[in-house]
Amino acid sequence: MLNFVARRAFFALMTLLVVSAVVFAIFSLLPFDPAALTCGQHCTDQIIAGNRIKLGFDKPLYIQYFLFLGGIFLGRSYGTGSAAFTCPAPSFGYSYNENACVTDLLREALPVTVSLALGALILWLIVGVSLGIIAARFKNRWPDRLSSVFVLLGTSLPTFVTGLALLIWVTIKWKLVPLSLVGYTPLIENPFKFFQFFILPWITLAIAYAALYTRFTRAAVLETLGEDYIRTARAKGVKERTVLFKHTMRAVFAPIITLAGLDFAGLIGGAIITETIFNLPGLGRLTLRSTYEFDLPIVLATTILAAAVVIIMNLIIDMLYAVLDPRVRI
Amino acid sequence: MAELLKISDLQVAFPTDDGLVRAVDGVSLTLNEGETVAIVGESGSGKTVSGLSVMGLHKKGVAQLSGSIMLKDGDRDIDIVTASDEEIRLLRGRAVAMIFQDPMSSLHPYYRIGNQLAEGYLVHNPGKKKEALTRAIEMLDLVGISEPAQRADEYPHQFSGGMRQRVMIAMALMNSPRILIADEPTTALDVTVQAQILILLASLQKEFNMGILLITHDLGVVAQVADRVSVMYGGRIVEQGSVDDVFYKPKAPYTLGLLKSVPRISTHGSDRLKAIPGQPPSLINLPSGCAFAARCEFASHAPGDICETDRPELLGLNPAHLSRCHVSETVRDQLFIKELKEVR
Repeated sequence: MLNFVARRAFFALMTLLVVSAVVFAIFSLLPFDPAALTCGQHCTDQIIAGNRIKLGFDKPLYIQYFLFLGGIFLGRSYGTGSAAFTCPAPSFGYSYNENACVTDLLREALPVTVSLALGALILWLIVGVSLGIIAARFKNRWPDRLSSVFVLLGTSLPTFVTGLALLIWVTIKWKLVPLSLVGYTPLIENPFKFFQFFILPWITLAIAYAALYTRFTRAAVLETLGEDYIRTARAKGVKERTVLFKHTMRAVFAPIITLAGLDFAGLIGGAIITETIFNLPGLGRLTLRSTYEFDLPIVLATTILAAAVVIIMNLIIDMLYAVLDPRVRI
Repeated sequence: MAELLKISDLQVAFPTDDGLVRAVDGVSLTLNEGETVAIVGESGSGKTVSGLSVMGLHKKGVAQLSGSIMLKDGDRDIDIVTASDEEIRLLRGRAVAMIFQDPMSSLHPYYRIGNQLAEGYLVHNPGKKKEALTRAIEMLDLVGISEPAQRADEYPHQFSGGMRQRVMIAMALMNSPRILIADEPTTALDVTVQAQILILLASLQKEFNMGILLITHDLGVVAQVADRVSVMYGGRIVEQGSVDDVFYKPKAPYTLGLLKSVPRISTHGSDRLKAIPGQPPSLINLPSGCAFAARCEFASHAPGDICETDRPELLGLNPAHLSRCHVSETVRDQLFIKELKEVR
């Protein structure tokens, strides 16, 4: 087990290294002068040249990459003398547009996105898995047909339609949830405001994902119900309820966990549309804004972060699988 | 010998988009204490469906059952066909248990063997967790699994095929049922393991005084362990009698065909296997006459084209040895003697 974790962690690290190198190369090879992007309207060649040296863009590409990597572990200082400033470790660079260390920006945005993704995940798991079980249990009867309508709507309606519709009706017309102008409030500070802030974004994301999970769970439950070991359970005289919720769900659980882990990781990478509609100051919106503004240090950091989350989530799922499935030994 | 199970005129049909599939059509048989009754037939002859009917394992609404399956539960007789789901559930595993063809997929891969066995006991003896686990280990020991206490903590994938079938048998016997339905219990196993399992079943049958309904396509297995046998074809019993009668004096052309098609070690390498020509009929549109008529080499001995038009009844000069055929039994006896000489 320990051996497996060590080996997989090592490979995860290697993968991250490769990803970071590739992403770094892509953004560095773009036909922009990164130094020219660092100053605003009143720009002179002098300022650009100064910033170029200050941010290290004058150095060869591989040195720049090592400086970037070094910054993650050691922090990084820019400039000299009284104008010098430092981004402490882990530093993902410095954004001239925002006039801030990228890490600080990530630190502000990440909790928002994690809150959004986690809340939506819980919601869509509850709704999707329950509906899937009900649909399978009442296959080809009205609950199944009703759920397939939900699946059809959920999968075909894009989030910008459901999101905007919720915003227009629930917030503006029915005034059920106030339009949040204050912005993000952490859960521990004010749980009520936290829920008020996130409830519509959660629902928006959950509708899309719950539909997929309903379909997936229904198929998985139906497949498992046809297994020989389910017939064995019935032959023992086990109650139908126990057959469904114990014997069947135990087998359906593992693939759902896998799917959920990957979808969750994908959302951390940025639920760009949902965050934009509801004006959530999360990673997705940060990525979007910095892309518009050619704020390369931020785009670079968010891309690597998204890759890291996917890689780490994969590692976690693999380990979880070993716990869930006795046939998998690591 | 008390009668444990009496199936009378059982009909099982499944409605499908292509029409009604008559999987079992008028099956009647009885099973007594300490006796092994075999149902033999090829795939799709209705033998497994009959077994599942006794367990009440057909889904209501999916399968249409009629006739009766009277099952002895203590002093009570319960008709599985008309009993409620809950009544049947309480019989399963306790009065009647079943072991299945494929032990590799019949055990839940995610639960420990001991717990899977204990569950069968707990269902009928709620709350007695400790007793159930003790009983599970006892049963594992009884079916010949060494170090049962340790092995009870293992998962199915840690057992070989033969061992898993032993586990299935142990699971079926957790509540000492009077009736055991064994659906091709040896089909998925190696020949040497097959023999071990059959010997085990026979010894457990004595110990528990069980009636075993053995469902198989393997005539060798039937000859080895069964007392009486019903041969099924196209959802109907075409011959029924003691094993000796059916094997040495077959009455139905289909049974004769089966016996002739068994490969023999004395056969020359160049001789072709004597398979029955043609294909078994579709169960959706069974011919109006004898289901076997199209493949039968004796149809010409019957009067007119009765084989094509009328269904033969299950009859016999000896009431303990019945068969379905329009050709008169005495004519058949004479015809078959010659054929059987070739076989032996």
